Amino acid sequence: MKIVVCVKRVPDTTTALRIGADGKSIDESGVQWVMNPYDEYALEEALRAKEKAGSGEVILLALGPAETQAILRNGMAMGADRSILLKTDAKNWDPWSIASALAEQIKPLGADLVLFGKQAVDGDFGQVGSIVAGILGLPVASVVVKLEINGKDVVATREIEGGLEHVAMSLPAVASLQKLPYEPRFASLKGIMAAKKKPIEEKAAPAPSPKLEIVKIENPPQRPAGRIVGKGTEAVPELVRLLRDEAKVL
Amino acid sequence: MPKNIVAFVEQRNGEVRRSSWEALGLGRKLATEMKLGLAAVVVGHNLAPIGAQAAEHGADTVLLADSPDLAAYSSDGYGRAVAQAAAKADAAAVLVVASAMGRDLAGSLAGALSTSCAMDCTGVAFEGGRLVVRRPVYAGKAIATWGVVSTPAVISIRPNAFEAAKPQAGRTAPSEALALDVSKAGLRSVVKEVVAGVGKKIELTEASTIVGGGRGMKGAGDWKPENWKLVEDLAEVLGGAVGASRAIVDAGWRPHEEQVGQTGKTVAPNLYIACGISGAIQHLAGMRTSKYIVAINKDAEAPIFKVANYGIVGDVFEVLPALTNEFRRVLGK
Repeated sequence: MKIVVCVKRVPDTTTALRIGADGKSIDESGVQWVMNPYDEYALEEALRAKEKAGSGEVILLALGPAETQAILRNGMAMGADRSILLKTDAKNWDPWSIASALAEQIKPLGADLVLFGKQAVDGDFGQVGSIVAGILGLPVASVVVKLEINGKDVVATREIEGGLEHVAMSLPAVASLQKLPYEPRFASLKGIMAAKKKPIEEKAAPAPSPKLEIVKIENPPQRPAGRIVGKGTEAVPELVRLLRDEAKVL
Repeated sequence: MPKNIVAFVEQRNGEVRRSSWEALGLGRKLATEMKLGLAAVVVGHNLAPIGAQAAEHGADTVLLADSPDLAAYSSDGYGRAVAQAAAKADAAAVLVVASAMGRDLAGSLAGALSTSCAMDCTGVAFEGGRLVVRRPVYAGKAIATWGVVSTPAVISIRPNAFEAAKPQAGRTAPSEALALDVSKAGLRSVVKEVVAGVGKKIELTEASTIVGGGRGMKGAGDWKPENWKLVEDLAEVLGGAVGASRAIVDAGWRPHEEQVGQTGKTVAPNLYIACGISGAIQHLAGMRTSKYIVAINKDAEAPIFKVANYGIVGDVFEVLPALTNEFRRVLGK
């Protein structure tokens, strides 16, 4: 079982966000960088699938600056076998550009399964996996909460409004993963030592050809100052009156 | 030159997703500004009644990809059908609602059209001769504006962010069948089963009212599942959905599908009632674009009060039942 897991270096979700001086990016000073949380679930799923199959290889693929090495090293400490880094300092990557660069790398690898997180928590686009599948002509399921592999058959369980749907595909296939019922494993000391010897193949990424161009990025609008209606149950009739007569939301 | 804005009308088993009419509402606005027509595309089986509804909601033409092989959703089948509709209608833009199906479809459609989808937009405008979209990034901690540099644009819109098209009874529009080369055997992924009350529960991301519960719903002592009934009762009387904070999802008290926040769902209802929620950054990121926010918390210093329009400082175990009763009385339920 050969599995490619595409991972992205993103700011930690607990980091406060400041808009950069150019008004088109975020201020990177003091930002803590981590592997995109949903990609960690994808990696955990890949490691479990390899373990279940009894043999195979888990390959990490990332596109980003040289510092992306740190999250690849961490992913290999969790258990991935090797990494490919498409190095770039360009900032104007959009989903189509990222997906075409990744697809070109994935194609010759002959993977059985290509996994993504359901979205990166920076751009929140949630589509690179689907575009890669389109380029490679592979079946895809997005926002997957469970992946069952039996021989060549895969059943992916997706979250939909008020329920779940089961999507049947056959390998090779692409899936993007939602948070799973189990947490990604921590790297063991042994894993960390082993990861130091695992290879990261560095290549220059192609120039992006974006279909979406950033115009500006800004702080969300401030909410108008609210008010405390009162204390305890006594305030309830007044709250309901305000919602009905002032806010008109009832 | 493109001729149409194309809006995807989502249906499952013959039932239209309500927020699809928001795509038609936005489609009409853009079509007027760009001097284009408005085409609706519906994919599935036995679609004539839905085509008629799309006409009543303002479509100038209705494109139907109607086939038993498309009765169940498949990302590539539906993706190819909508891509074909975009080509046939000579689309300047394809609008899709960012629902579970819409997001999946939008990604496959972007792949089929060799472009990027502007996902989950809260604003779309025609400015300086091109489409410009606004969308939350970093789960709403920032808002980004993007210019679309390819045609057709693929745009998915956040539910509740745009005004729905109002139906005009008896309005009709010519309908055309799309001749598709999709057969079931050719489809790469197929939904073979849908489980659990689909359509019965109100979906969080589309609800116009949400009652959210947080750690404060635990009260003194251990977590008791019946505490949650206070949240559910309030949601029920308002016809709303129920949401949960990360704290109580991580504690295993509520399922992840109810989680509102950066690693859960981003919601924008007309009314969000936060019950016993302190207001952590990642929770606020997921609900701060709600039109009205009400907070009920016993801690007057809780950050949630900073974003709330109205607040009650008090014990959720006393305030919630009183509030549910008062709503029941006022709404005559």
